Amino acid sequence: MSDHKQTFLTKYIFSTDHKMISKQYLITGIIMAVIGGFMSMLFRLQLAYPESHFTIIEAFLGKGGEGGQMTPDMYMGLVTIHGTIMVFFVLTAGLSGTFSNLLIPLQIGARDMASGFLNMISYWLFFLSSVIMVISIFVHSGMASAGWTIYPPLSALPQAMSGSGLGMDLWLISMAIFIAASLLGSLNYIVTILNLRTKGMTMTRLPLTIWAFLITAIIGLVSFPVLLSAALLLIFDRSFGTSFYLSDIFIQGEVLHYQGGSPILFEHLFWFLGHPEVYIILLPALGITSEVISTNSRKPIFGYRAMIGSMLGIAFLSTVVWGHHMFVTGMNPFLGSVFTFTTLLIAIPSAVKAFNYITTLWKGNIQYNVGMLFSIGMVSVFISGGLTGLILGDSALDINVHDTLFVVAHFHLVMGISALLGMFAGVYHWFPKMFGRMMNKKLGYIHFFITIVAAYGVFFPMHFTGLAGLPRRYFNNTAFPLFDDLAPINRVITWFALLGGSAQLIFLGNFFISIFKGQKAVQNPWKANTLEWTAPVEHFHGNWYGDIPEVKRWAYDYSKVDANGVPYEQDYAPQNMPLREGEEEF
Amino acid sequence: MKALFFIAVFAAISIGFWQIAKIFGATKEDQTATNKENNINGWMMLFVLAFVHGLLIFCMVEYGDVLLPQLSASLEGEDIDMLFKITFGLILFVQFFTQILIFFFAFKYRGNINRTATFYADSHKLEMIWTSVPAIVLTILVLYGIYTWNEVMDVSNQKDPLYIELYAKQFQWEARYAGSDNTLGEANVRNIKGINTMGVDMNDKNAADDITVLREFHIPKGRKVVFQFRSQDVLHSAYMPHFRAQMNCVPGMKTHFGFTPSVTTVEMRKNQDIIDKVAGINKIRKAKSKVLEANGEDALEPYEFDYLLLCNKICGASHYNMQMKIVVDEVADYNVWINKQKTLASKIN
Repeated sequence: MSDHKQTFLTKYIFSTDHKMISKQYLITGIIMAVIGGFMSMLFRLQLAYPESHFTIIEAFLGKGGEGGQMTPDMYMGLVTIHGTIMVFFVLTAGLSGTFSNLLIPLQIGARDMASGFLNMISYWLFFLSSVIMVISIFVHSGMASAGWTIYPPLSALPQAMSGSGLGMDLWLISMAIFIAASLLGSLNYIVTILNLRTKGMTMTRLPLTIWAFLITAIIGLVSFPVLLSAALLLIFDRSFGTSFYLSDIFIQGEVLHYQGGSPILFEHLFWFLGHPEVYIILLPALGITSEVISTNSRKPIFGYRAMIGSMLGIAFLSTVVWGHHMFVTGMNPFLGSVFTFTTLLIAIPSAVKAFNYITTLWKGNIQYNVGMLFSIGMVSVFISGGLTGLILGDSALDINVHDTLFVVAHFHLVMGISALLGMFAGVYHWFPKMFGRMMNKKLGYIHFFITIVAAYGVFFPMHFTGLAGLPRRYFNNTAFPLFDDLAPINRVITWFALLGGSAQLIFLGNFFISIFKGQKAVQNPWKANTLEWTAPVEHFHGNWYGDIPEVKRWAYDYSKVDANGVPYEQDYAPQNMPLREGEEEF
Repeated sequence: MKALFFIAVFAAISIGFWQIAKIFGATKEDQTATNKENNINGWMMLFVLAFVHGLLIFCMVEYGDVLLPQLSASLEGEDIDMLFKITFGLILFVQFFTQILIFFFAFKYRGNINRTATFYADSHKLEMIWTSVPAIVLTILVLYGIYTWNEVMDVSNQKDPLYIELYAKQFQWEARYAGSDNTLGEANVRNIKGINTMGVDMNDKNAADDITVLREFHIPKGRKVVFQFRSQDVLHSAYMPHFRAQMNCVPGMKTHFGFTPSVTTVEMRKNQDIIDKVAGINKIRKAKSKVLEANGEDALEPYEFDYLLLCNKICGASHYNMQMKIVVDEVADYNVWINKQKTLASKIN
């Protein structure tokens, strides 16, 4: 099956090969990340220097940045699209799409996804939705600007803000297509993992990456359809005069006909996806980190079964905590108590994961390949960001920090930066598998250290602006003398943001140049155990020449010792290597 | 066209990186980390640890006085502050402890050709510890949190509270006092007409003595105030940070929140945290004024502290400037003020 003729079109464009689709996802994701990241640089400039004029703002934002100063509408458009792109297009599709596609067949020992055709459709729907989202930025009446959560009535009424016109329509259409793409992908991942494992690959021998992708796909399958229905009902309200979310509205001198709906319904539907979405983003990053940390520590991941258990626990809890985004919507206080309880419970499996990572490092022989640096950074940021969740998840404490910049700092660390670092770890680690070449190490090191310093430099100070009471989504805070003394902090944040943003240019350069000019990779550069490294460096449809390898052991036999406590000569044992004489499976 | 210029600059930078990368790429090197690189990176991890903790300490020292005053302006806020302090202390402890573990291990166990890793894959005892310790700590936090939450949110059974409605619209707040009967009249957007901007139903007998005010509202110290929130158009959120109070305003729905003001505006202005904060703000404003005056513009007025009601839910173009002043008075002063306000009915007639 490996030799069939492929034209340019079937090989690079409408490919059904999971490896090519994974590259397509990655590169689309990177392009979207550049757009979303660049937007954040622009609005950080605005926040730090609200009274200055910037040619760059005028150049890129046109009438939204006339004279070099951003308009409030433009500011809100930028934060909305930044959030949407980063959450859905980069960290959902870009992360999960890339690595699920690349690793599921390779690590479970399958020749391709269960349905290569569905996989192709999934990518092209994602591509279409990306194109629509990008087009929506340039609409004359303005891009969607009601925040990435698009709460109605603001998002439902074009009278309420200019971004709720055509920009919002395109946003909704784009997201509907995106969800379809995501569901096709999830179905495919689940079916593939459950049905196409090679001989010997039992569920408890699966690498943690695969477990993470499986659980992610299940969460996605459960929660994304709810967002689709929320979006459809919003489309109905906007275009067909229904009142699902709208009631008793008087705007621009007239009473609207809507009666009986409630915006709170939208919030429930939105967050029923919105919160699991955090874990849809985070779990693949944690899976990647598990794999990279174990390989580069030359140690088995500590507590393999506990890791699976805590991921399952997180996945289950993630679907019953959405109300913590709504503590101050006027929900019944009893319900608030319930959501506080379930939310804080998530800290337990999260703590287990964190300590398991730390113990994996303990007494390791840590090989500082670039992916390893990013993985350790990911664990660090995951803890720093996760801890403030104890404040936001506690309904009583949430009252005073809800919707302030404290929240922004919290979720950027715990899901934004940590998933991004996990994604970088994955890119550096599996680049040789994807492109058959190595990325430059030294540039990778520089990239990591600037990125981690900048990430903390941006988001630690931001917590303090939130604790000072500064609400999010204020295009500047000069209307309140109360916040005048936050200006120096805002400038510090912006400098670090610009530093971090420019460090990503190093990555972009390294990535694209290495695709063509990087050193040729050997088959198993990191001396890793998982099956993808038993496949030849060159890519062809079918992954392995001859038979698919059979699995004889779990994925984490690093630095194993024999019955007498003497280490084996080779400090790793690939999954297809038969047990040595007298060796017992762990 | 200018965008093209910037794209050209971007392209130039990229080419620069390309050249640098070529230099890197030209040297044939080991594909994986060398012994030397492991060593350097291990040490760098210590640097990251120092940076992370140094930055946190710097922020806490340097930015300590821009925060909200430690003193809560409401009785209920004191409970919240106590819970906050305990939680925050716990967070700081865990943060310091775990980050030290991560980066110290990352340093200590940096790769070396002479090292061998220890095969250590599982320990039920350890896992029990870090499952049960967080579980116990969280149980306490959850119980304490829920207790506080119920204390704060319970507005059903109060002795003689003061009822006030806060009404949100793009991009302004209005307040309505329940008047001498202490009962708010019914209201709906369909009744909005002329001066009756809040849509109060004037046929409702409870509405006859309702008092409406704009721009600022007063509340008396020591009496529970129960707020009712409504919105005219989109979602808003009534955020009163000094009172540790927030509630969304939802069109088509009434929401409630209550607190007991405990510090008058005058008293708060004498609070040391506020004095420091105001001094800091005025220093910044003075510096700004100098620049303004040099350009022939008016100087900024010096800032004096006031409680504020802010909008904290994205609501449109002027979301960033939707505010109302709150004044906490001694009861006697409050009574003088409220008696001077006109009822809505008298304004309409």
